[in-house]
Amino acid sequence: MPGALPIADPAPLDGLLPESAAVDSDCRPWSVYIHVPFCRVRCGYCDFNTYTSEELRGAKRSDYATEAIAEMSLASGVLAQAGVALREASTVFFGGGTPTLLPVTDLTRMLTAARETWGFTSDVEVTTEANPDSVDREYLLALKDAGFTRVSFGMQSAVPHVLATLERTHDPERVPHVVKWAREVGLDVSLDLIYGTPGESLADWERSLDHVISQNPDHVSAYALIIETGTKLAGQIRRGDVAPVDDDLQADMYELAEQKLHAAGYEWYEVSNWAKRTDDPAISNTSRHNLGYWLGNDWWGIGPGAHSHVGGVRWWNVKHPAAYADRIAAGHSPAAGRETLADSSKYLEHVLLRARVRNGLHINTLDADGRKAVAGLIAEELVDARAALKGTIELTLKGRLLADAVVRRLLADAPI
Amino acid sequence: MSPRASYTLEPASTDPAFIRNFCIIAHIDHGKSTLADRMLSVTGVVSDRDMRAQYLDRMDIERERGITIKSQAVRMPWSLTDENGKEQAYALNMIDTPGHVDFTYEVSRSLAACEGAILLVDAAQGIEAQTLANLYLAMENDLTIIPVLNKIDLPAADPDKYAEEIAGLIGCDPATVLRVSGKTGMGVPELLDEATRLIPAPVGDPDAPARAMIFDSVYDAYRGVITYVRMIDGKMAPREKVMMMSTKSAHELLEIGVSSPEPTPTKGLGVGEVGYLITGVKDVRLSKVGDTVTNFAKPSTVPLKGYSEPKPMVFSGLYPIDGSDYPVLREALDKLKLSDAALVYEPETSVALGFGFRCGFLGLLHLEIVRERLEREFNLDMIATAPSVIYEVMGDDKKSTTVTNPSEFPGGKIASVSEPMVKASVLTPKDFVGTVMELCQSRRGTMQGMEYVGTDRVELHYTMPLGEIVFDFFDHLKSRTQGYASLDYEPSGHQEADLVKVDILLQGEAVDAFSAIVHRDNSYAYGVLMTERLKKLIPRQQFEVPIQAAIGSKIIARESIRAMRKDVLAKCYGGDISRKRKLLEKQKEGKKRMKMVGRVEVPQAAFIAALSGDVESGKEKK
Repeated sequence: MPGALPIADPAPLDGLLPESAAVDSDCRPWSVYIHVPFCRVRCGYCDFNTYTSEELRGAKRSDYATEAIAEMSLASGVLAQAGVALREASTVFFGGGTPTLLPVTDLTRMLTAARETWGFTSDVEVTTEANPDSVDREYLLALKDAGFTRVSFGMQSAVPHVLATLERTHDPERVPHVVKWAREVGLDVSLDLIYGTPGESLADWERSLDHVISQNPDHVSAYALIIETGTKLAGQIRRGDVAPVDDDLQADMYELAEQKLHAAGYEWYEVSNWAKRTDDPAISNTSRHNLGYWLGNDWWGIGPGAHSHVGGVRWWNVKHPAAYADRIAAGHSPAAGRETLADSSKYLEHVLLRARVRNGLHINTLDADGRKAVAGLIAEELVDARAALKGTIELTLKGRLLADAVVRRLLADAPI
Repeated sequence: MSPRASYTLEPASTDPAFIRNFCIIAHIDHGKSTLADRMLSVTGVVSDRDMRAQYLDRMDIERERGITIKSQAVRMPWSLTDENGKEQAYALNMIDTPGHVDFTYEVSRSLAACEGAILLVDAAQGIEAQTLANLYLAMENDLTIIPVLNKIDLPAADPDKYAEEIAGLIGCDPATVLRVSGKTGMGVPELLDEATRLIPAPVGDPDAPARAMIFDSVYDAYRGVITYVRMIDGKMAPREKVMMMSTKSAHELLEIGVSSPEPTPTKGLGVGEVGYLITGVKDVRLSKVGDTVTNFAKPSTVPLKGYSEPKPMVFSGLYPIDGSDYPVLREALDKLKLSDAALVYEPETSVALGFGFRCGFLGLLHLEIVRERLEREFNLDMIATAPSVIYEVMGDDKKSTTVTNPSEFPGGKIASVSEPMVKASVLTPKDFVGTVMELCQSRRGTMQGMEYVGTDRVELHYTMPLGEIVFDFFDHLKSRTQGYASLDYEPSGHQEADLVKVDILLQGEAVDAFSAIVHRDNSYAYGVLMTERLKKLIPRQQFEVPIQAAIGSKIIARESIRAMRKDVLAKCYGGDISRKRKLLEKQKEGKKRMKMVGRVEVPQAAFIAALSGDVESGKEKK
């Protein structure tokens, strides 16, 4: 079951944005997110907005690319009307769901439409998520030819019993093959891992890390498993069928990940993300698209349940593909709800998101109370002293695990 | 069946021979209020259209809890027709009495205002301990008892069995026990007939100086204090100046009247009549239950007997959850005091809970009612500390200290500690006698005797420390007897005991709100209970937090909360941001509800849960 949308104001049917969204828009990078809400099966831990074919209630996968392209044209109209500067997209990200469940021609069509709508910067980063099962060499080659630069494989674990608990159906043996093919065709590769699955031992996790490192990806994401309410796994834990995971074990796993990945040449740049070091400081293996979220950039999210952010206005689309298809067919905005952030909320987000990014939060952007809190955080070894002296917040390993506490301390006296 | 009275008697000029004053003695849910409502409608003083369920219980809390806290009195017309067909009108005064152990004194004053009592017993449950206690009081006051079984319409009713039980208690013929249903009205007119025939008329001297007994005193926001009285001798009239004999305070009668059931001004009140006085006084303390009202110009010299000052038995600290509400709490208590003469309080500070008030109550129900009224009528969120009683502590230096709050317990060598004792009666089905005895013994009770009530119930008599009862005795009694046992107790002096103060320390710092005075034999159990509870309730901090229980400097129990190592949500992408921000806002809001004990952040909820024993609400199953 997909998780609930936030509670906020309804969005207008025409999707028109307030003028505030346009302020200084020409200074902010532009990104496009395209959601593909389809999966072959739903995994037990997943609360993403995705649907199996039985759950589609009349919405058709085959119509989806056309609908998404229709939202792009609605988007360009809405942005122009609000006076938001037209900018070339510097990143595009296809997420899901399983984008690669669609024929590669659909992905190509959507990417082409995005390029025609906004244009792309010369160094555009174009990523798609992929399930190791749902791609082969030809598919990857077609992605590369269409302009994709990066593929992120949902590998999650190399250990069969962990994958089974997560209800991931792919064969772990297939991962090295798809990684190899992707590199051969010239795509950057990221591997996604999940740690802290019920029943996963520290040794299991080490096996997964070793497996990842042996494939030498450009980028690694490692997420502590969150038991989202409403998922099958949450039910299993509630009923006592599956033992809940100890926070301390998850902390051990995180520390192990940092240790092993760092030794293998990866640097953390966000609490759950590591990029392979490069010799050339001009080249970075970070996910620029995801950094855009944390740095407060603008993006338009296309597709059911997709979230957008333009100049302090956040909104999100109706969740179900059938409802989305209806809105698009009627020529209406698919947006379901939105919020226009007050200055206090913008500040909160600024601190909350940037503190997660290594040196992403500049101390001179903190209010007086926030600046005052920094010394205490250094003393408790939550914040790196050297970086702080240079003017940025860099969480220590201990601080990364307690990032929420750090953020609360930095915001202790900020209004909400 | 008598018709409604075709003529009514005028207050202030009613011959006492045609007045009947009675109350209803019943257990909490045995249907007293429903029967009273039915009487109001049968006698026609409340039209069916105006009938609110439980008309006489005015406060919302009373209505919701289905119990009467403050009594009221209603004058109802009734008539009997003799064998010659001649109708005689009567004035019936029904005095509604509080039904709970905490209000025994108020009950005794209500009883003193009556000549008769309707003993109302649920035909499906039989008599309860509290009812027995009040029945004894009524019989001591020489009241004529009219035994009545209620709820005979219930399928589970067993009127024959319980008629026997009542007959055995009061020494009457089971056949004379009336059977009614307050709900359907069945038998109610017959009951009124019987009460009119059997209850003696009040007797008094109409020419003597006026004496009226105050049996209730309530505060009304618009009219000030409304004093309910029973005229014993003489009479009173509007505009007269009256005097309260205990305080010698004098007031003019702005209004005098009877309730029927809305207040109705009259030309006065005469011997035997029951009504209300309004003097414009704003504080119930100036119009105390049990006091005698007399005429200022021509006063009586002999006050009516039985008056006593309300004595708080149970103490608890009340603290606003939001510290900035302290002035609101002060104002609220000042206001409540106007309508609750038994409530006492003084400012107190707690390291853990901030600024609050030490409050004295008649008992646990009184505490709960005050707390609910504060929360409801004044919109306050509060924490109440564990209820405590009054201890007399004698140091080795022969210095005696009165302790109503564990934090006042003196350090250093203690020569002796004495604690208040009660005589407790527990009425229980005989199958539970063993388990009740076990409970009473575990609470340091000494058995004084037991007797059968009817064939299948037993009344057990114990002397027991009050401190054991205020803890959670009643909850345990109910849960161990499937809710069947009932409890009554009365103060019974003081007794020395080996009592110690157990402190609970968080990271070496004592949390005053959790200190308790307990028997040495129970100190370890208390220490373990509280440290385990707190371990479950206090969230992990960024450092390890030891939780200890100590008597003086001796540690008797220890737990520790491991340091928290991870709190971050791993993923935070485009669709997570709003949710994450809202979570943070909620946490920041929640932070206001955190209290700092040293460096340890303790959620208010943990204090509340630890104090109430409701660890579940704090997370875990007990």
